[in-house]
Amino acid sequence: MARRFRWLIPYLFLLPGGLWLLIFFVVPMLVMASVSLQEGTIGTGYQLTWNFAVYPQVIDDWSPQFVRSVIYALIVTLATLLIGFPIAYTIAFRGGRFKNILLLLVILPFFTAFIIRTLAWKLILADSGFVLGTAKDLGLLSPGFHVLATPLAVVSGLTYNFLPFMVLPVYVALEKIDPHLVEAATDLYASRTQAFLRVTLPLAMPGVFAGSLLVFIPAVGDFINAAILGSRDTTMIGNIIQRLFLNTNAYPEASALGFVLMAAVLVLVAIYARVVGARGLTTG
Amino acid sequence: MQRISRALLPIYTALAVGYLFLPISVMIAFSFNDPRGRQNITWQGFTIENYFDVWRRPDITGPMTDSLVIAIVATIVATALGTLIGLALTRYEFRGQGPLNLLIYVPMATPEVILGASLLALWVTAGIQRGLETIIIAHIMFNISFVVVTVRARIAGFNRSLEEAAMDLGADEWTTFRKVTFPLIFPGIMAAALLAFALSIDDYVITSFVAGQTTTFPLWVYGASRFGVPPEVNVLGTLIFVVAFIFIVAQILWSRRQRWTLRSTEASP
Repeated sequence: MARRFRWLIPYLFLLPGGLWLLIFFVVPMLVMASVSLQEGTIGTGYQLTWNFAVYPQVIDDWSPQFVRSVIYALIVTLATLLIGFPIAYTIAFRGGRFKNILLLLVILPFFTAFIIRTLAWKLILADSGFVLGTAKDLGLLSPGFHVLATPLAVVSGLTYNFLPFMVLPVYVALEKIDPHLVEAATDLYASRTQAFLRVTLPLAMPGVFAGSLLVFIPAVGDFINAAILGSRDTTMIGNIIQRLFLNTNAYPEASALGFVLMAAVLVLVAIYARVVGARGLTTG
Repeated sequence: MQRISRALLPIYTALAVGYLFLPISVMIAFSFNDPRGRQNITWQGFTIENYFDVWRRPDITGPMTDSLVIAIVATIVATALGTLIGLALTRYEFRGQGPLNLLIYVPMATPEVILGASLLALWVTAGIQRGLETIIIAHIMFNISFVVVTVRARIAGFNRSLEEAAMDLGADEWTTFRKVTFPLIFPGIMAAALLAFALSIDDYVITSFVAGQTTTFPLWVYGASRFGVPPEVNVLGTLIFVVAFIFIVAQILWSRRQRWTLRSTEASP
């Protein structure tokens, strides 16, 4: 291969993929920005009127759903952390030879379609289904007890569906920790709890950070869980955007809402990054 | 006391795994349900009929076929494009690495609603009909980032001295790549392809925006869920699950065999 053209190689490699992302990710974003500032209807056509007023308007119209989505996503992130961290810890530190098999077990259920998993939960949580129905027949629960169509159902569904996104990054971070560090801590008279809090946990932070992002960002925009397991009172911002785009065809409003969502996500992530600190990102 | 507290974690993990498999078990169990004309939400009776019946239902197998076609095409293209980018990023130094990294990571950090919505805005503005092609384009787009990340992890952990050894023995760059590099990063590429396939066949959100009149399997299931999902859907879900399981096990066995081969060819320190 001619030495002269060697410098071209990386650019040739990244050209097809980079171009694809440019055309089908960046350009659509710009188009969406432009659409958000337009006015009109499908019938009359759209005009670019630089209608910045659409932004305060959509925030005003849909702020309850916005706040609700953020709150749900925060709860879900915390839940996946609380539930998932011990799982990752057990596999990393107690897994031994079975590490890969255990990881496989954690990932395997998620090879069924998202939709089917969520519908299965609808079945499990059904008011008179085989779980709740049996409990009610046995008198363990009052007949009026219901889980479906409540925020609890939506949050539970979200937590279940995003659990591996927390477990895997946390596992990767924990796995890199040198067990001798913990040993050294206990040699220096730290209790096992102290050793965990002061050695293991800080070193696991990059994984916690990555996992939190991987859970929060998709969760805040999700609408399937809310649609299948929720009710009108649990509508999330994702449902609204989808409805505005596909049902009422209110393209400018929907586009503006999409950008507000993106901005909110970026702001929250930036704040979180600040709190966790740059160290959380770079260690490990 | 310590023995009890030491047992807590494994017990918790076992329970957690049970929790993770709960909906799957339900799905598999209800694929054998005979709903007898009612909705598939209460157990009526056991039957294997659904596993034969599903092939006679083009309203279900049609969307499934579409989903498979989309997934296969999107996986092949995205894996190819993403692997190239992964190689470029880890092997070469060049200007523009920062912006390129941004270009790859931002789509992963964007909620799917926005990815789908922005593509819809693009097609509507350009006056392009939404359908199978636009779905494939969208799937390739969101898969590239995941492929790059997966392949990069594999290439980064790669022992370059093997390549140097090959070149010391007179192989040129292309032969080295073909006979040393590529076979060794192949598991990473396969893992990326598997991930891309799973993401594609499963996708609802982005697809719902760009599908137009075309129906994919997740879209169909969602639509049918209003009226009750027939057990045939559980059958297909179970089959996908089994196939994925076989694939993963095969991959693990393959990489184990490869690591064993590698270990026996490594020079002792």
